[in-house]
Amino acid sequence: MSPRARIPLFLVSLAGLAALLGFGVAGLPAFGDYHGPYGLVLNQVVLGERHTTNVVAAVVFDYRGFDTLGEELMLFAAVAATALILREAREEEARQVLDAVRSEPVRLAGLSAVPVVVLLGLFVVAFGYLTPGGGFQGGTVVALGLLLVYLAAEHRAYRRLTPTAVVDVFEGGGAAAFVGLALGALAGGLAFQENFLPLGKIGALTSGGSIPLLNWATAIEVTAAFLLLFGEFLEEVMVERGR
Amino acid sequence: MSYLPYALAVWLLVVGLYGVVTSRHLVHLVVSLTVAQSSTYVLLLAVGYRKHATAPIFKGIPLGTKATDPVVQALTLTDVVVSVAVLALLLAVAVQVHVREGTLDPDEIPAVRG
Amino acid sequence: MIPLQVAALVLVGAGGLAVVLARDLLRQALLNSFYGLQLVVLFLVFQAPDVALSALAVGGGAAPLVILATLAKLRSREERRR
Repeated sequence: MSPRARIPLFLVSLAGLAALLGFGVAGLPAFGDYHGPYGLVLNQVVLGERHTTNVVAAVVFDYRGFDTLGEELMLFAAVAATALILREAREEEARQVLDAVRSEPVRLAGLSAVPVVVLLGLFVVAFGYLTPGGGFQGGTVVALGLLLVYLAAEHRAYRRLTPTAVVDVFEGGGAAAFVGLALGALAGGLAFQENFLPLGKIGALTSGGSIPLLNWATAIEVTAAFLLLFGEFLEEVMVERGR
Repeated sequence: MSYLPYALAVWLLVVGLYGVVTSRHLVHLVVSLTVAQSSTYVLLLAVGYRKHATAPIFKGIPLGTKATDPVVQALTLTDVVVSVAVLALLLAVAVQVHVREGTLDPDEIPAVRG
Repeated sequence: MIPLQVAALVLVGAGGLAVVLARDLLRQALLNSFYGLQLVVLFLVFQAPDVALSALAVGGGAAPLVILATLAKLRSREERRR
């Protein structure tokens, strides 16, 4: 079918889809008219059952931990596939390219922001189950802080800071730690991924049972996955630059 | 007015699909797919919203305060982070298509062989 | 619904349309990051701070980098072919 004839046919079917979706969505309760019941139950119960003040983190790592396991393995698979595709077809390694940022104020401001951003990311991870945050958010921030080294200085500095062998080990280790903690509960006679550590005082860093451990395993895996992703894409750009 | 967020979710999906179908460059197609994906985030969060409610974080806030639904927020936040990895995978495939075929126009790329 | 939510919803709708209608790829990448910021405001106004944090980290840094690196590679390949 020619492209010219495809567009009107597509617009007609798009109108049909929009009408069907509109009909479906009109059956939902009005915005703000929340009936529950799971949200209402969880908001009442989590503080007493898990001693964490961030109910969303408790849901991510404990009540719906199986979904998070699936999401983490999805992240792992996507990054592994990207690395496979890009490394397979790369014809040569990136040669030494002089792409250093030459403006001194930019280097100074950028490089002095790197430890601040990394510390902020670690803070978001560490207190993720007490205040808004968590392994996913904080892991991305730490990876972006290390990417700032490339943006403020040069690619060679980023490469030296994140060698592929080390980053690969951390990524696999993070995913394995998550699965290991989930299976460890099984080995101890509990249900798969059940919370097996003692719950602490509400509001302290040692509360939540095994939630902090899963939190850190996720943060390590997400950081390493993003560092790997950025490294592969930057390597592609540098290979072109060197030609 | 109270159905505006749901209408926005349908609008974003329709706009994203239009961008995917009428695209003439694979990278443009992938970014339009991101817009279509964000419609699901808006729909999920709109379903979980409660009027005059606060976020489901209870540090310093007494138990029993009205809060929004934490389950949909948990689903959405992992989704947002993983969607970037999938975006990177799609862009790597687009780069490979350019290496193999030399063009990124979806209409000119020949069908898969073999 | 408070007016801030209405404003955020309308802006997100307009932003999504702008991202799809942009034909120049660099412009679309920048519009995509701006659209990400609009989504962050929307998530915050819907009382979802965790989601807003992850959307900010992703839409502010990770997605723009990946898109711009792809565009840079494609542009230098095109220039080399000519």
